[in-house]
Amino acid sequence: MTDVGRHPRIKLLTLSEVVDVKGYVGNFDVKILKKSRYVSENECTACGECAKVCPVVRPDEFNFGLSSRKAIYSPFPQAVPSAYVINVNECLGHNPVVCAKCVEVCDKGCINFHMSDEEITERVGTIVVATGMEPYDPTELDEYGYTRFENVLTSLEFERLVNAGGPTRGRLVRPTDRRTPGSIGFIQCVGSRSARKGASYCSNVCCMNTVKSTLVLKEHYPDMDVKVFYIDIRAFGKGFEDLYTRSRRLGVKYIRGLPGTVEERADAGLRVAVENSATNSIEFHDLDMLVLAVGVKPSAATQRLQEMLGLQLTPDGFFLEAHPKLQPVDAATRGIFYAGCAEGPKDIKDSVTQASAAAARAIRLMHRGEILTEPITSEVIAEHCRACGKCAEVCPYNAITVDTKKKTPAVVNTAACAGCGTCAAECPFGAITMNHFTDVQILDQIDTLLEEDPQDKILAFACNWCSYAGADYAGVSRLQYPPNVRLIRTMCSGRVDESFIRHGFARRAPIILVSGCHIGDCHYIHANHWTEKRVARFRKKMEKLGIRPERLQLEWISAAEGTRFSSIMHRLEELRKEVSLEEIEETVRILENGAGVRRDSPGSE
Amino acid sequence: MIVEKQENRTTGRRVGVYVCHCGLNIARTVDCRKVAEAVAEMEDVAVARDIPYACSEPGQHSIKEDIAEHRLDRIVVASCSPRLHEPTFRQMVQSAGLNPYLLEMANLREHCSWVHMNEPEEATRKAVDLTRMAVARVRNLVPLEPEVLPLTKRTLVIGGGVAGIQAALDLADNGYDVVLVEKKPSVGGTMAKLDKTFPTMDCSI
Ligand SMILES: Cc1cc2nc3c(=O)[nH]c(=O)nc-3n(C[C@H](O)[C@H](O)[C@H](O)COP(=O)(O)OP(=O)(O)OC[C@H]3O[C@@H](n4cnc5c(N)ncnc54)[C@H](O)[C@@H]3O)c2cc1C
Ligand code: SF4
Ligand code: SF4
Ligand code: SF4
Repeated sequence: MTDVGRHPRIKLLTLSEVVDVKGYVGNFDVKILKKSRYVSENECTACGECAKVCPVVRPDEFNFGLSSRKAIYSPFPQAVPSAYVINVNECLGHNPVVCAKCVEVCDKGCINFHMSDEEITERVGTIVVATGMEPYDPTELDEYGYTRFENVLTSLEFERLVNAGGPTRGRLVRPTDRRTPGSIGFIQCVGSRSARKGASYCSNVCCMNTVKSTLVLKEHYPDMDVKVFYIDIRAFGKGFEDLYTRSRRLGVKYIRGLPGTVEERADAGLRVAVENSATNSIEFHDLDMLVLAVGVKPSAATQRLQEMLGLQLTPDGFFLEAHPKLQPVDAATRGIFYAGCAEGPKDIKDSVTQASAAAARAIRLMHRGEILTEPITSEVIAEHCRACGKCAEVCPYNAITVDTKKKTPAVVNTAACAGCGTCAAECPFGAITMNHFTDVQILDQIDTLLEEDPQDKILAFACNWCSYAGADYAGVSRLQYPPNVRLIRTMCSGRVDESFIRHGFARRAPIILVSGCHIGDCHYIHANHWTEKRVARFRKKMEKLGIRPERLQLEWISAAEGTRFSSIMHRLEELRKEVSLEEIEETVRILENGAGVRRDSPGSE
Repeated sequence: MIVEKQENRTTGRRVGVYVCHCGLNIARTVDCRKVAEAVAEMEDVAVARDIPYACSEPGQHSIKEDIAEHRLDRIVVASCSPRLHEPTFRQMVQSAGLNPYLLEMANLREHCSWVHMNEPEEATRKAVDLTRMAVARVRNLVPLEPEVLPLTKRTLVIGGGVAGIQAALDLADNGYDVVLVEKKPSVGGTMAKLDKTFPTMDCSI
C-alpha cells in the first residue's frame, strides 16, 4: 500500500472523484474533483497532536461506529497518504473560525481552513476501473434483527472487532456488555443467493471469510462454541477445502439451514430458530453473539461511471466485460479495463490477478506510443450527407458528430468507431460507406447465392461475434441440419440494411434470416436494438405490401448456442417449404412496382 | 442515385481460389475438385485449385507461388471458419505483397461438411455456392490501411482498493505514468478493514 504513495510515476489523488470523461482510447480527457483535506499532505507527519486537542468527538466510520474519532483524524493507522484529514461538516474552526485549537498546536503549520476543492484535468490513454464493492446492508432483512439487537453484527464489523488495529485491539467483545462471548453464530448468504431480498448471485467470498473467522476464533478462544448456519459451503479455491476441514476438525459446528427468526433473550443473547435440512428438524440455538456474513454489492459509483464512460452492466449491476471467457478484463469500449470487485464479487487473489491482467492489457495497447485503428470503420460521403443526424443518434460509441443546425456534414471519429455498421444501415440518404462491408460487397453475395434455384435457399445474415460463431459451434459439435442455408457474415447485425432484405426478396429468396447476439450481449453495446427496430419496421412494410412477414425472421443466437442455431435451421427449412413458387413470383411483382430495384448507395463503389 | 447491376461485369481482377480438403474433414463430404472446377468458370477467376491443407506450410507456400506466378491480386480460401484462420491467411497474402484485406474465406467445414455429413451431394452444392459468394465478395474488396493515431502513455486508475493499487503499481513499475483516483481519504478499500485474510491467514496490509 505504501508503495503507491511514494512511487514517482504514480500521482495519487485521494478524496477525489472523476466527474467527467471526454475523448476516446488513446486520449481521454478526464476531469477530477479533489475535495479539500485542510491538512497539507506533504507536510503532515501524522504526529497526532491536533487530534488530541480537537473537542469534537464523532463515531469512527472506519470502525462502523464501534469506536470514536475527532473532527481532525487519521482514517486508520496504516493510511496512505498518512496525512490527517478534517471533516469540515464537523469542524468548529472552519467557518467562522471559533475553535482553531488544532492550528495552534501544529508546529509545522499544516492546517489551513482556506484550502478549497480543486478541479484537476488529466489526459490519459487508457482507464482501469477498480471501484470495488459495497458490503450488503442487512437492514431490510429484519428477521435477523440487525437493527433491533445490538449483538447482531455484520461480518465487516466483526472484522474490525477482531482486528489488532481495531477499536478493541483485537479482543472480541459483545457490544452490550463488553465481555468476550462464550458462543457465537455465523449466518451465511446474507443478501446473496436469494430471489426475495438482496441479490440472487453468490457473493463468492463470504463462505471462506466465515471459515477464516472460525479459525481465528478457535485459535484465540479454543473453548468458544462456534456455529455456522449455511446453505452449502463454497470452498472451491486453491487451499480452501483444507481450511474448511480444519475448521470442522477444530469443533466448529456447521448446521445446514438458514435461520427463520432471531429473538433477543433477557441476557442480550440471541435465540436462533432454524430448520436443519440435514436432520429435517426445527432447532433452537442460544448464542451470545451473531455475525451476518453479508454479501458483496456493486460499488455505489457504478452507474454514474457506466454512463460517463459508456460501459455496460450485467443484470446484477457489476461491470460487463467484452467477453466473459476470452476478454475478462476488457470493457467493450476500447481502452477501458476492469479490475477487482467492480467486475464481480471475488477475493483478494482474484482481484490482484485481474489487476495485473488489466495492467498488461493496458500496456499492450499503449507500448507503441501510437494506436493503430482497425480500418473496418465507416466513412461519410460528405456530398451526400444532408446532416439529418440519424447516424449520430444510432452510433453506440458516439463516434459521429454532426451539426444538424448548421447543416455541416457528419464526421466519423475513426478512433472511436468500432465498425458495427449501424450508421450505414440507418442513414436515409446512403451517405455512409461501411468499409469492408459495403453495400456492393454484400449485394453481390446475395445475387450470387440466389442466382440458381433461389426457391431452395435460405438467405441468412449472421453477426461475427455471436450468431456466426454459434453456427461454427454447431459445426464443431457436428449437429446436422438441412443444407439449404447460406450465411452472409457482417460484423454486427446492425449492419443489415433494409435494402439488403428488400433485394433478397426481389431476387426470389423464400426466407431471410437476420441473426445476432442476444439483446444485452451485443458486441457493439446496443447496436442490435436498431436491428430489432429495423426488422420490425420492415415486417410492417411487408404486411402492407402483401408479403407474408413470417418470411423475414429475426433470431438471437449466442456463440455457445450451437444447438439453438441448428434447431433454428430446421425450423426455417419448414418455413421455406411453405413458400410456393407463385408466392415468390408475386413478391417479385410487388417489389418491382415499388422499390424492388437494387439501390446501391452512392458511396458503396 | 440508382445503380443497376451489370450482369457478369468484368473487373479485370485476378482472383485465386483454393478449396481446402482439410485432410478428410471437408473432402470426405464435399467434392472439393468439383467445387474448384465450378468456381474456375467464374469471371475474374485466374486460378482455382483444390489443396490438401491450405493452412499448412506447404499449402501457404504453394498459394504464394501462385500469387507471384499468375499475378493474382486477391485470394479466396475455401476452408474452415474465418474466426479461426482469417489472421493466418491475411498474414500469408500480406507476405506475398498483397494488402491483407484482399482476402475472403468461405467456411466449408464448420458451416458445411461437418453439418451435412450424410448429404454429400447437397453439401457440395452448398460448398459451390459459398465459394462463389466469396468470389463475388472478394472482387469488390478494396485495400485498407489501419490509421495511426497519437496516444498518451498514461493510465487513469479509478478506485484505490487492492485491485486499483496492484494495477497502478504494475503499470508504474513498467514505466507508465498513472493517475490513481480514490474517493476516500486513504487508499486500501475493503481489504484495509480486514484482519487476517484467507487463504494464507496473514494480515492484509
Ligand atoms: C467481510 C469481508 C471479508 C473478506 N475477507 C477476505 C479474505 O479473507 N480474503 C480474501 O482474499 N478476500 C476477502 N474479501 C474480499 C476482498 O475484500 C476483496 O476481494 C477486495 O477488497 C477487492 O478489492 P477491490 O480493489 O476490487 O475493491 P475495494 O476493496 O472495494 O476497493 C475499491 C476502492 O475504490 C474506491 N472507490 C469506489 N468508487 C470510487 C469512485 N467513484 N472514485 C474513486 N474511488 C472509488 C473505494 O473507496 C475503495 O477504496 C472479503 C470481503 C468482505 C466483504
Ligand atoms: S460465498 Fe457462501 S455465503 Fe457467500 S453467497 Fe456464496 S454460498 Fe453464500
Ligand atoms: S444519417 Fe446520413 S445524411 Fe444523416 S447526418 Fe448521418 S451521414 Fe449525414
Ligand atoms: S460503424 Fe458503428 S461504431 Fe462506427 S460510426 Fe457507424 S454506428 Fe458508430
